[in-house]
Amino acid sequence: MIPAALCVAALAALGLFGAAAARLPAGRWGVYGASLGLSVVLMLAGIDALAAPPSGLTLPLGVPWIGVHLRLDALAGFFLVVVNLGAGGASLYALGYGQHEKMPERVLPFFPVFLAGMNLVVLADDAFTFLFAWELMSVSSFALVIAHHRESGTMFAGYVYLLMASLSALLLLLAFALLAGPEGHYAFALMRARAVTPGMAGAVLLLALLGAGAKAGLIPLHAWLPLAHPAAPSHVSALMSGVMTKVAVYGFIRIVFDLLDGKLTGPPAWWGAVGVLALGGVTAVGGILYALMESDLKRLLAYSTVENIGIIFIGLGLAMAFRATNFPAGAALALTAALFHVFNHAVMKSLLFFGAGAVITATGARDMEQLGGLIHRLPQTSFAFLIGAAAISALPPLNGFVSEWLTFQAILLRPDMPQWGLKIMIPTDGALLALAAALAASCFVKAFGITFLGRPRSAPAAAAHEVDRFSRAAMLGFAALCLLAGVLPGVLIDRLSPVVSVLLGARLPAQSTVPWLSIIPVAASRSSYNGLLIFAFLTAATLLTVFVIHRFAARTLRRAPAWDCGFPDASPAMQYSGASLSEPLRRVFGTTLFQARTVVTLPPPGDTGPARIVKSRRDPIWDFLYAPVGQAVSRVADVMNHLQFLTIRRYLAFVFIALVTLLLALALWQ
Amino acid sequence: MTLVLLAAPLLTGWVRKVKARLLRRRGPPLLQPYRDLLRLFGKEAVLAENASWLFRTAPYLIFAFTWVAAALVPSFATGLMFSWTGDLIAIIALLGAARFLLALAGLDIGTGFGGIGASREVMIAALAEPAMLMIVVTLALIAGATQLSTIATFMLSGVQGLRVSLALALVAFVIVALAENARIPVDNPATHLELTMVHEAMVLEYSARHLAMIELAAALKLLLTCALLICIFFPFGMANAGDAARGYALGLLAYGGKLALVGAILAVFETAIAKMRVFRVPGLLGAALMLSLLGLLLLYISRGF
Repeated sequence: MIPAALCVAALAALGLFGAAAARLPAGRWGVYGASLGLSVVLMLAGIDALAAPPSGLTLPLGVPWIGVHLRLDALAGFFLVVVNLGAGGASLYALGYGQHEKMPERVLPFFPVFLAGMNLVVLADDAFTFLFAWELMSVSSFALVIAHHRESGTMFAGYVYLLMASLSALLLLLAFALLAGPEGHYAFALMRARAVTPGMAGAVLLLALLGAGAKAGLIPLHAWLPLAHPAAPSHVSALMSGVMTKVAVYGFIRIVFDLLDGKLTGPPAWWGAVGVLALGGVTAVGGILYALMESDLKRLLAYSTVENIGIIFIGLGLAMAFRATNFPAGAALALTAALFHVFNHAVMKSLLFFGAGAVITATGARDMEQLGGLIHRLPQTSFAFLIGAAAISALPPLNGFVSEWLTFQAILLRPDMPQWGLKIMIPTDGALLALAAALAASCFVKAFGITFLGRPRSAPAAAAHEVDRFSRAAMLGFAALCLLAGVLPGVLIDRLSPVVSVLLGARLPAQSTVPWLSIIPVAASRSSYNGLLIFAFLTAATLLTVFVIHRFAARTLRRAPAWDCGFPDASPAMQYSGASLSEPLRRVFGTTLFQARTVVTLPPPGDTGPARIVKSRRDPIWDFLYAPVGQAVSRVADVMNHLQFLTIRRYLAFVFIALVTLLLALALWQ
Repeated sequence: MTLVLLAAPLLTGWVRKVKARLLRRRGPPLLQPYRDLLRLFGKEAVLAENASWLFRTAPYLIFAFTWVAAALVPSFATGLMFSWTGDLIAIIALLGAARFLLALAGLDIGTGFGGIGASREVMIAALAEPAMLMIVVTLALIAGATQLSTIATFMLSGVQGLRVSLALALVAFVIVALAENARIPVDNPATHLELTMVHEAMVLEYSARHLAMIELAAALKLLLTCALLICIFFPFGMANAGDAARGYALGLLAYGGKLALVGAILAVFETAIAKMRVFRVPGLLGAALMLSLLGLLLLYISRGF
């Protein structure tokens, strides 16, 4: 516990060094190198905490009568691993990537503070520290989002992000206030010991869902995410998408599964689970549909984060449903699946954002329609990106498949629930999850195919060069991790079992005893999966085929111009673009959901002017939720604006009226 | 594993032969697919100038993914040696991985046709895969497992009787199977007419041994789908793990007979109907998705359906 706390303090102090030495090359080496080292130490502390009993620490800081409580239990330990794995990877990547930064003084001071904030959220053991760390994380990441403040759209992204982050903090503040009660039990240990009424528990659940959901990117509170994540430098995007959203998931789990665990008041009501399941399902499919319509590589990745958060919340919703219906074994499976996906997504999404950053470094472009053919110019980056894309599309034998497979197993677990809401919601979520997985594969065919394959669509793409060795090391390391977690999932599931058993009192059967390193969530005859053997079979089949064919059949090879059915086209502009690749899906799903329209204007005969095709789509959530709220706020602000130009007598009158009203209210209250 | 590999082109040849006979043509000999493959294996491969390493390795990987998936489906006996390696969901995901690679290979050269094929393929996949998973979920709830051997044993026992949800799943499965294997009405395996191709458009740039691997993978996939249909919905005659040699021989015979029958039905079906317009396919696949979801919801509402 104490080393972890010291590391967090050191990260915060590193921010000062970053501010002092930002302009020197030593600043970059110092900040990112030290972040890398501290992340590794914190990650080891997290791994230790998984198996060890919880340890706490109270510091005489902060609000005098509360102090700062820190605690490292199994759940915090797991998230410490996730956070610092991502942080370490991003630091390693930034050792190389950071040298292209035009304004390091706007990044270096905030990067370690951001890491410290995320770590502190995970370690916090009282509401005050938690919210302080939460805000530290938000504000420092806001500073990183607006690092390139001169680029168009960045300030708007930062503004929306700041608003949504405040909303999220406000909702969590209210949730903690309800949990603390009138006596002001702000320490988590006191909150656990306090019984809450069912109505109060429902209110806390709703506030936690919206508060943590706004930070994690649940639809409809996701609007800031595709704006802010791409605007930041790529290693920060990786942290925000891969790690910060997971810290929000941690907040939700901490409140709902730990502080509201219902040991005192009986199991929580099942309808809370229906809400979480519904939001999770909508988020999963909605996020990936948005991603499909996108042609900006980083925005596509950000929307894909929204999808994965949906998948995680489906797992959490299932765990809540099973817990509410007294089925701890099922809840353990669902929660394991969700936590496994938390880990997987942190790895995959960091990897993909690193890849996007490498593409930007090499070509200067984020728009996929300007890219293409990079597989020849950036062989290692493209290989790592391909692994990440396949993993996030839930393809075996990689890690994304395992966690989605576990989620499916949880969905299949119990069809005979007595509650109608769950009876309808669980299979519907199964369908939504299946749809999201299939659409994700389509989406990443586009992301990889358009960016890295084909012929270069612009001059910078044709002249791109492979990135530096630190960036490549980070990407290839995470790609190896994707494969490793997919091939040996049992190891990870066993590591997760203390977390799950602390929260739910049940766990999955130990996977290390299963022969051949298979994983068996319930029973061998029911379902099993062996990533290692699948991988071995695939490798063996591939090598065998290659050997047989090259040994006994032809091995000659000739290069020739592309055939293309006899119509080879000279111009790379004739290739399928990202928009044309997703056009069928846009027509199938987008026509009603996004009001996607295509207008073709052909010039009349004889006119030599060009024909035009105009595509349009609208974002229904922005149109129906955000825009009206924004308009209402500005209308109210317009009205209030008059109050700024009054005489002193009127101001005094207002003060007097306000005083009388308050006194009256007080008198009536008593 | 070798059996499915050897039998796969035969099934393709059989479907072609029956189709030709239905059209009152004599048709190619049954063994023609083998000859085609051998000829392709022997030829010099021609590669487009800007083909990447992905384009060259994809055929082998696609073949390996399909082969491993096919090897996980019990053919004539339950209780395969490695059937616990992956369940039905893993089989579908393996096929999904093969398709992911094929779509990428289609995009690699950067030609218009490759793009058309990849674009349509991902649209079809995005609808067919969830439908397939819903069918799996339905089966899993009835049989209480996603393990294919367990499902087959359960179906073999006849406990489930006739169920509405199984019938819905069967209809949905047939539609999805047609789409997955690029058959009429979704795609036409025999066409090279530019605007109608899906699968063929993606593999247009392949030649010689690479093309042969892809053709073999396609044949394997057809066999796999038929075997899956047989194994799940009509498992009678299948040998059990502990049976004597006679049981295995009978199982093998029944398996061959059923495959021939399914192939013949496929040929009749393909002859009888026309190919759909590309943008009518989502309607068809959406119907499959809804049918499978309906079957699933019925199961949640009552165990009796």
